[in-house]
This record gives sequence, structure tokens and C-alpha cells, in this order.
Amino acid sequence: MPNYYQPEIECASQEQIRAWQDERLVKTVHHVYEHVPYYRNLMVQKGVTPEDIHGVDDLHKLPFLTKDDLRDAYPYGLLAVPKRDAVRIQSTSGTTGRRVVAFYTQHDLDLWEDCCARAIVAAGGSNEDVVHVCYGYGLFTGGPGLNGGSHKVGSLTLPMSSGNTDRQIQFMVDLGSTILCCTPSYAAYLAETICERGLQNQIKLKAGIFGAEAWSEEMRQDIQNKLGIKAYDIYGLTEISGPGVSFECSEQTGMHINEDHFIAEIIDPQTGEVLPEGEKGELVFTSITKEAFPLIRYRTRDICVLSRKKCSCGRTHVKMSKPMGRSDDMLIVKGVNVFPSQIETVLLNKGYPANYQIVVSRVNNSDQLDVQVEMTPEMFSDTVTEVASKEKELVDALKAMLGIYANVKLVAPKSIARSEGKAVRIIDNRKLY
Amino acid sequence: MTVKQISVFLENKAGRLAEFTKVLRQNEIDMRALSIAETPDFGILRVIVDDPYKTACVLKDAGYVVSITPVLAAAVPDETGSLYEILNILGKHNINLEYTYAFIGRRKGTAYMIFRVGDNDKAIEVLSQNNIKLICQHELYDL
Repeated sequence: MPNYYQPEIECASQEQIRAWQDERLVKTVHHVYEHVPYYRNLMVQKGVTPEDIHGVDDLHKLPFLTKDDLRDAYPYGLLAVPKRDAVRIQSTSGTTGRRVVAFYTQHDLDLWEDCCARAIVAAGGSNEDVVHVCYGYGLFTGGPGLNGGSHKVGSLTLPMSSGNTDRQIQFMVDLGSTILCCTPSYAAYLAETICERGLQNQIKLKAGIFGAEAWSEEMRQDIQNKLGIKAYDIYGLTEISGPGVSFECSEQTGMHINEDHFIAEIIDPQTGEVLPEGEKGELVFTSITKEAFPLIRYRTRDICVLSRKKCSCGRTHVKMSKPMGRSDDMLIVKGVNVFPSQIETVLLNKGYPANYQIVVSRVNNSDQLDVQVEMTPEMFSDTVTEVASKEKELVDALKAMLGIYANVKLVAPKSIARSEGKAVRIIDNRKLY
Repeated sequence: MTVKQISVFLENKAGRLAEFTKVLRQNEIDMRALSIAETPDFGILRVIVDDPYKTACVLKDAGYVVSITPVLAAAVPDETGSLYEILNILGKHNINLEYTYAFIGRRKGTAYMIFRVGDNDKAIEVLSQNNIKLICQHELYDL
């Protein structure tokens, strides 16, 4: 069953997509060069002018933009239209350093909401659905993005925002929510709570659109089984617009990037060199339809792979894998790269809850990796030897996955704070930066 | 011929045991015996109570991870060497002892030992043959 919001775009030929990208890139480069001194300086430094850019093939000539640039240019340094033409500000959820702000004209909001609408329709949404949005509203893009997308689809939209789990579940039951939009960790928490209360038969959910943080395939299975739904990934970042930069289709094998709005590249994070399709590297985006805040070659720090393999859903837009980690929140412990998603995979495979915490510290000049895991009835026994042997099993599995020793610490059930937004999975006490 | 022991996972942190006993008090649960096996991070608390099923339920409701284990409770005369006699029987029959702990009741001259062994059936058989008195669940109330 084809689920398209804009079939003529979502299923356009590769040539058509490329033609849109060539034309829109040239236009965007001229736009920022003329209106944003910050961009002009970057381009002058790199010795490139808008005349050098004829299409996507010339993209590599342009300088990169990083989060540091966005912080340097804070607050209005990258705004590419007069303030009177912009209608909205959103901001990242970053807790360190200066915030990053992004701007939108009405046209930008429209396109962003179209992207979210594509994601909702791909998840089976229509005007028959009740879309339950418990992403945060406000500066965070999650709530406003899915809310706008849901309106475009014509679904009945429940702007719950985050928190207050009792009320979330009550509304879900009373109003018959059919599509849930939130972070995967909150979805897992809701699923756990719904099962505990035995309300599985009273909810009408059929699909979930979960994003804004990394989650593993095992976590997807867990949520899908507990709620009896299909769980779709959605990807985005405030800098580029918000959720809906890419989204999963029924195949659940990667997220289609909305290439009529965003050009994706994969680069070697060390050298900045563009890597061929299929290679793992840092994802870089260029937004080519935005007026207020177009970003050129913005480094996302997300590590992933792109694929142009034909998709059974009929969409032609390139697919990105789930981010496999971030080039900046990847942990280096004892010189070894550790991705929290690897630890999550081991825990879920061994039957532990998805709620965990990684604590990295430096003891006597040596790194120590502690993984706090909640005790479950299945893991528990009345003898220390049996509990210790299960603990050792987990330690060995982590060692096999990570290549280094991790100290497992069993803690009381529900003692690790359930986040109602982004989960705090990593506590790095080493203060390396 | 077994009694039901309640085992509870407790983090090795200040105040955890007090919280636990508060739950018992609130639910008017009478403890007969208690023992703790501790590791640097956590402890396994083992208790014998008057109503194990009620206890397990209220503890689960309070968020504890709980298991119920059938263990042996033997009446031991309060005399020198009586524990040796029991352990010797178990040892001779190659029955491994995981852990043991003691408690006393209201009856003078008698102590009680809890035994967690690898094979309950075999232990019951050999102890009974040697006239060791084992306590049943319902007898616990009267001790």
C-alpha cells in the first residue's frame, strides 16, 4: 500500500532530484553570499565565489560549517533574511556552551512541516488518525515539527508535549491515539508503564515515530512488541530544520533523506574528504530550499552510511542508516572507541532493561568504564554465586563487544532516572575537555 | 517439608535495609529469621516470614526484585555438637550446602537452622532417616 504525502516528489526520478538540487544549490549559494557576511568571509578564505558553483558536483569546493560557527555567529550572524521576514526561532537542546538558534520564514516552516507530513504518511498516517505528540514543545523542534506535519496530513493532533506520564496514558486511552511521536527512550518508558498497568488492550496505537536520540534495533523490537505497533525512526536536527530531514518507510531499513530540500554528503571526519557511497563517515547536510537559515555543508557529527539501493516502498530519495554514533559523543575509553548503542545492544540481548547508565571515570590515571544496570526478576537469585555468574556473563559479553573491560554495577529496579525527554546515558567524570 | 524463603535484592547503600523493614512493618509482617549475603555493590537479603506470599506481593508492589526459594528448616536441640550432626549427614551424602543461618523461637532448648542445599528432596530423605526434625511452612507460625 503506497503511503506518500507528495508522491511526485518522493518518487521522482534520480535525474529529476539531481536537477532540483543543482538549481537550488546555486541559488542558495548566491543567496547566502549576498546576504550573510559570515558566509562570504568563509568563502573568501577558501577562495571560492558563487560563480564557481554550477551544481552538486561543485559542492566539495565550498567550506564546511560547524556548530562552532553557529555559536560564533550567535545570535543573528547567520540569519539570511531581514528580521521582518522571519517568523520563528527554534533552538537546540544542547546543555553545554552557547545555545544554537535557527530561524524560519513562513515558507521555511511550510517546507519543514511538509517533511514531517511525509514521515507521518509513511508511517501509515492519514486524516483518520489521532496523532499523539509528546515531544517537547517550545524551543525544541520535536513538538512543533510533528505538530505541523500532523496538521498538514489532516490528522487529529494531540499536542501533549513531554512529561506527566499518567496524563499521557489517560489521553492515549480516552482519545484513542493511533500514532505516537516522542523520543524512543520515552516510548520505551511509556511501553513499560502501559504493560505494567495491563492497558495493552485499551490503547489503539498502530505506529510510532521516534527520533531525537540514538536507539538500537533491539530497542525498536522491544517497543514494537510491548505496544503492538510499528516503530519508525525519524531524523533531523534543529540547525537543518528539525525532525523530518529524513524518515523511515515501511521497509525500516534506513531513513529517506528529503533530497529535494537537503543534499547529503558523507565525509571522513578527520580529513574532511568526501567518501564514496556506501562508506561509513560523518554526515554533512546542505539545505537548499530555506530562506532564513540555509546552512551549507553543515557537519552533523553523526556517523552513518548512505545507500541508493532501490527501496521497496517506491521512494527514490537516498537512505541513511541509523546514526551509528556521533563523532563528538563517542567515548574513548582506554583508547578504545565506545558507542553507547553497542552497550545497549548487549544489555537488551542479555535480557536487561533498556534503561542503563554509563559512567566513565579516571582512577589512578586509568580509565574506568562502569555500566549501571537495573536488576530484574529474571536475573535475580537467592545465591550470590548465581547473581555473580550472571553478572560475569554480562561483563564477558560487553568485553566481546567493546574490546575493553566494563565494570557492571547492578542497581535497584527503576533507580536509574527515567527521562521524559532525552535520556542521560553517559556520565563522563574525566573532564577531558 | 520445606519453608518458603523470601530473597530480596538490595543495593549496598545507607538506609536500604531500614526502607525494607519499613515495608514489612507497614504491612504487619512478622519476621522469623533474617540473613544477608553482601558484595561490594549489593546484598541479597533472605528472610523467613509468617506469610511469604503476602510478603512477596507487597515487596513487588514496593518495587523490589524478589524471589521465593524453598529451603529446609531444621529444629536443632540447643546442645553442643548438634549442628555438627546435621552437617555431617549432609556431607556424608554429598549434599552441597549453599548457605545456612540460624534463628530461635519461643520454645526453650530448641534452635532452628535454615539450610539452602543443592538437592532438597535428597536432603529431606537423609535427614528424616536420621531423625532430624524438619519444620513445615504451617508450623512456622507456632515457633
